Amino acid sequence: MTRKPSAPAPPLAAEPSLADELARLEQIVRRLEAEDIDLDAALALFEEGVRHLRTARERLGDAELTVRTVLEDAGGALRLSERDG
Amino acid sequence: MTDLFSPPASDAVGAFPESDVWSVSDLNAAVKALIEQELPALWIRGELCEFRSYASGHWYFALKDAGAQVRCCMWKGANTRVGRAPVDGTEVYALVRPELYPKKGEFQLIVTTLLPTAALGQRHLELERVKAVLQRDGLFDAGRKRALPALATTIALITSPDGAALHDMVTVARRRWPGARLLLVPARVQGLEAEGDLVRALGLVNRLDGVELCIVGRGGGSKDDLAVFNSEAVCRALAQVRVPTISAVGHETDVSLTDLVADVRAATPSAAMELAVADCREVRRAVDELAARLAGSLTQRTRLTRERLAHSGDRLQSGIEQLIERRRQQSERLAAQLDALSPLRVLERGYAVPRAPSGRVLRRRADFVAGAPFTLRVVDGDVAAHADAAS
Repeated sequence: MTRKPSAPAPPLAAEPSLADELARLEQIVRRLEAEDIDLDAALALFEEGVRHLRTARERLGDAELTVRTVLEDAGGALRLSERDG
Repeated sequence: MTDLFSPPASDAVGAFPESDVWSVSDLNAAVKALIEQELPALWIRGELCEFRSYASGHWYFALKDAGAQVRCCMWKGANTRVGRAPVDGTEVYALVRPELYPKKGEFQLIVTTLLPTAALGQRHLELERVKAVLQRDGLFDAGRKRALPALATTIALITSPDGAALHDMVTVARRRWPGARLLLVPARVQGLEAEGDLVRALGLVNRLDGVELCIVGRGGGSKDDLAVFNSEAVCRALAQVRVPTISAVGHETDVSLTDLVADVRAATPSAAMELAVADCREVRRAVDELAARLAGSLTQRTRLTRERLAHSGDRLQSGIEQLIERRRQQSERLAAQLDALSPLRVLERGYAVPRAPSGRVLRRRADFVAGAPFTLRVVDGDVAAHADAAS
């Protein structure tokens, strides 16, 4: 593995995790299958479910494994340096 | 093969053909091969003497006991892990590979690990002490073990940037979860600097955003190499990591104190990564299944709605039918009441209606004339009658 020139640390986004997406999707599907909600609510849930499904599939489509080295400078600041995985 | 250690058949030169005579090089090469084939790496115990450290950094010394002595050589790469140079007279354990140095025909041991026996005793005592205090402070408690996240994608790896462990973990991650984000927090994992590096790296993980899981580990090595994973400071720093942790130190059979402190122990770094990330193919299957259920639920929902609408229609119709039926029953009841009022019904019960030949109904005594004929209307017809004078 060789090192590439270090890049400034990209922010690690605090977006919902894939696990969160799938948990919500599972919840929606169960709710829809339970049959005790009216059609409007069902359609709204369905649309939300489709959004989560799309996000989950996008996440699963990420095929670029990244390996970054965490470096701490003299002042204690952290930055990430790309490595070839 | 020729038995090298048998005495020659005759000690008189010329008693055997020239082709049977060995060169020194051939002999040493054969002996070297024999030794290396027959004697694998082994531990020996002895007293160190004649120690010399050369400018090249290599160490030369001998190990002896009461009855024998053997030459030893420890290369620079190996002896830097020992730290301070040992002094003559020290009793040591040495992990050695026996060999013959062909140039001089000298039997010697290549030393890869050197441990003063006293230090080993001390190390054992220190291990027991650390184990006791960590246990007392609850760091091994089952109650503080956290479950690993189901679908971790951002994982901190604390290991050497140059070790096989990193390579193995990256390989497993790429196979199972190609979208994984691995953050290497470099640390030396053996030698004098390892403890400080590991403590610092473990602390640093808590300052990284988005990390879901932390693996700390290294590949296999000697007990000495793995010793830092029994350090009290390292164990305490590991216990402070905010995300779930996996300890993966050495091979299947090596167990260190970090294994007991971490939330999960993995036998090897590869095994740690197998536990850390899900298999994307399985997750894809699960997502496909959810997608199918989602689609199915909407189909089901619209079918239900249609059925309910249809059912509402049924109810409307049945309401009308009920209304009609009620009306019909009402009509029948009324008709029955009308019928009950019909004079014919009265006649049926045994009454009769007297009528004058003119058809007038004779209601009172005064309407009857003595001897005059009249008719009695009964239910099935008229009966002729006349009134007696006496009445």
